[in-house]
Amino acid sequence: MKTNDLILQTTTKIAVFIILLFSLHIFFAGHYYPGGGFVGGLLTSGALVLLLLAFDIKTVANSLPFNFRIMIAIGLLFAIGTGAGALFFNVPFLTHAFDYFNLPLLGKTSLHTAVLFDIGVYLCVVGATMTIIQTIGGSE
Amino acid sequence: MINLLILPIIIPLLTAAILLFFAKKIAIQRWISTISLMATLVVSLFLIHKIDQNGIQTLDIGSWPAPFGITLVSDMLSALLVTTATLVALGCVLYSFYSIGKGRENYYYYAIVQFLLVGVNGAFTTGDIFNMFVFFEVMLMASYVLLVIGGTKIQLRESIKYILVNVTSSALFVITVGYLYSIVGTLNMAHISERIAEVNQPGILTVIAILFLIVFGLKGAIFPLFFWLPGSYYAPPAPIMALFGALLTKVGVYSILRTYTLFFYHDTGFTHQLLAVLSILTVILGSIAAIAFKDMKKIVIYNIIVAIGVITYGIAMMNADGLSGAVFYVIHDMIIKAVLFLLVGIIIKITGSVDYRKFTGLINHYPLLGWTFFIAVLALAGIPPLSGFVGKLLIARSGFATGDVFGAIVILLSSLLVLYSLMRVFLNGFWGDPSGSSKKPEVAVGKLLVPAIGLTIVAICFGIFSEGVYHYISQATEVLMNPDIYIQAVLGKS
Repeated sequence: MKTNDLILQTTTKIAVFIILLFSLHIFFAGHYYPGGGFVGGLLTSGALVLLLLAFDIKTVANSLPFNFRIMIAIGLLFAIGTGAGALFFNVPFLTHAFDYFNLPLLGKTSLHTAVLFDIGVYLCVVGATMTIIQTIGGSE
Repeated sequence: MINLLILPIIIPLLTAAILLFFAKKIAIQRWISTISLMATLVVSLFLIHKIDQNGIQTLDIGSWPAPFGITLVSDMLSALLVTTATLVALGCVLYSFYSIGKGRENYYYYAIVQFLLVGVNGAFTTGDIFNMFVFFEVMLMASYVLLVIGGTKIQLRESIKYILVNVTSSALFVITVGYLYSIVGTLNMAHISERIAEVNQPGILTVIAILFLIVFGLKGAIFPLFFWLPGSYYAPPAPIMALFGALLTKVGVYSILRTYTLFFYHDTGFTHQLLAVLSILTVILGSIAAIAFKDMKKIVIYNIIVAIGVITYGIAMMNADGLSGAVFYVIHDMIIKAVLFLLVGIIIKITGSVDYRKFTGLINHYPLLGWTFFIAVLALAGIPPLSGFVGKLLIARSGFATGDVFGAIVILLSSLLVLYSLMRVFLNGFWGDPSGSSKKPEVAVGKLLVPAIGLTIVAICFGIFSEGVYHYISQATEVLMNPDIYIQAVLGKS
């Protein structure tokens, strides 16, 4: 029996972008408000899981051609690299640095290397969650 | 270079992340992991040298001062163990090239081994009790994967048990750390020690000491918490078994050694007495089981448990001889257990049987294998001048010095049973009628033997040059005997 899930698919197309934006917001708010890499990553993978629910694995894999296992590795490299950067300045591992910059649109913004670490966490979480779900979903 | 002591953790971690990119390119994986393990080994040897010159090395991660941030502390004990662990991992990885098989190599085997080494080296180096938990988990997660990788039936069954036991003990670890934190209000190990010394270890802290003994006893397999070990270690292939047998339980033993010398040394009447009794029971039961089985893998597995008992007995004695004996023995045991598992793996590969009664006269076809096995068994039993001798001598002496004649005699007698348990394999399997040996003497074992012989040579040198090694081990013991040295190195005040 072929079901017609037009309503689900149409709603998903809109909702996915809202969820993705919200996850990015949560991710960048992490330093001053509740949020951060972990929950941001989970929300992003939540959006992707909604896509998987509304469409099938093959369609999602075609529209988002990421290798999620490589994403874990890249996330790890981000996190290790942020820590190991300290080695070049002969300060203890994982010592962070920050400064204020005048960015074109945002004005005076503080940029912190902890964000790079958080990007690592974010990528690892998305990669791990999606690997788990796709592996279980794809196995017969 | 102030970050020297973190390099044995970071190099394997970085390697593991890089190896994830080359999942299907086995040749590249092999080269990268060998090179990185050699680099780690060189770095950790350099670290030993630096500690020898300048005393305990500490590193406040993220530049946060000592009790507030995570501090990594590398004293001689942890540097020696890190070096040994890396050496064993190198041996096992080289052995894996020719034995583990493509199926496993394709599924992130080398990356997981690196993660395991991250966990082990981290647990040896950390100076923060919760960070130690995290490194335990890194190590355990990697060991879950190594246990189940390949997906044979026995591996699946045993990994369920293993994961169940370890999840339980990890939960207990968190609860115990929670109790400890609610009483002393800090997680930095030096700071905990200082605060416990201020209140002079009231009853509740002795309760926590026992809880830690249960947690680390489950990880390190002391009586009566070793029930999970024989089955779990039986399941995986030889190089993984060697990694487990050499590294995992020793991390539990190291943690007992660290907490019982750094935290709970005020009221030793109860805790250390209990540890001594449990150690003796561990030794007795391990020895009985080791001579009960005809299965080579089981024999070596129960020898792990005997060794754990011997080491914890040395810790329980809490005198200079006992502690240096324990340190000596733990290093010796890490190397020799890896050797034995690798050799047993080769024998099983040749004969296709785990039962030593099924083959005889192997030495006619494989003399080098036979004599390496012979030397390894002698070293395990502690025949002078091989590596097991000095450690056991010191431990037995410390037992006699504290008046525990029974315990010391049990330790000495256990050597006989250990020797008997594996010499049977040699006498039955290697000697005897050469026509009863394997039907396929054409199995080439040359490359497999290289790492095993290399580690055996290290073990022999460790025994012969024990005078020189003792110089380092006495430094390790000095810190264990005087927690103030550790506290002062971390907190920087007296």
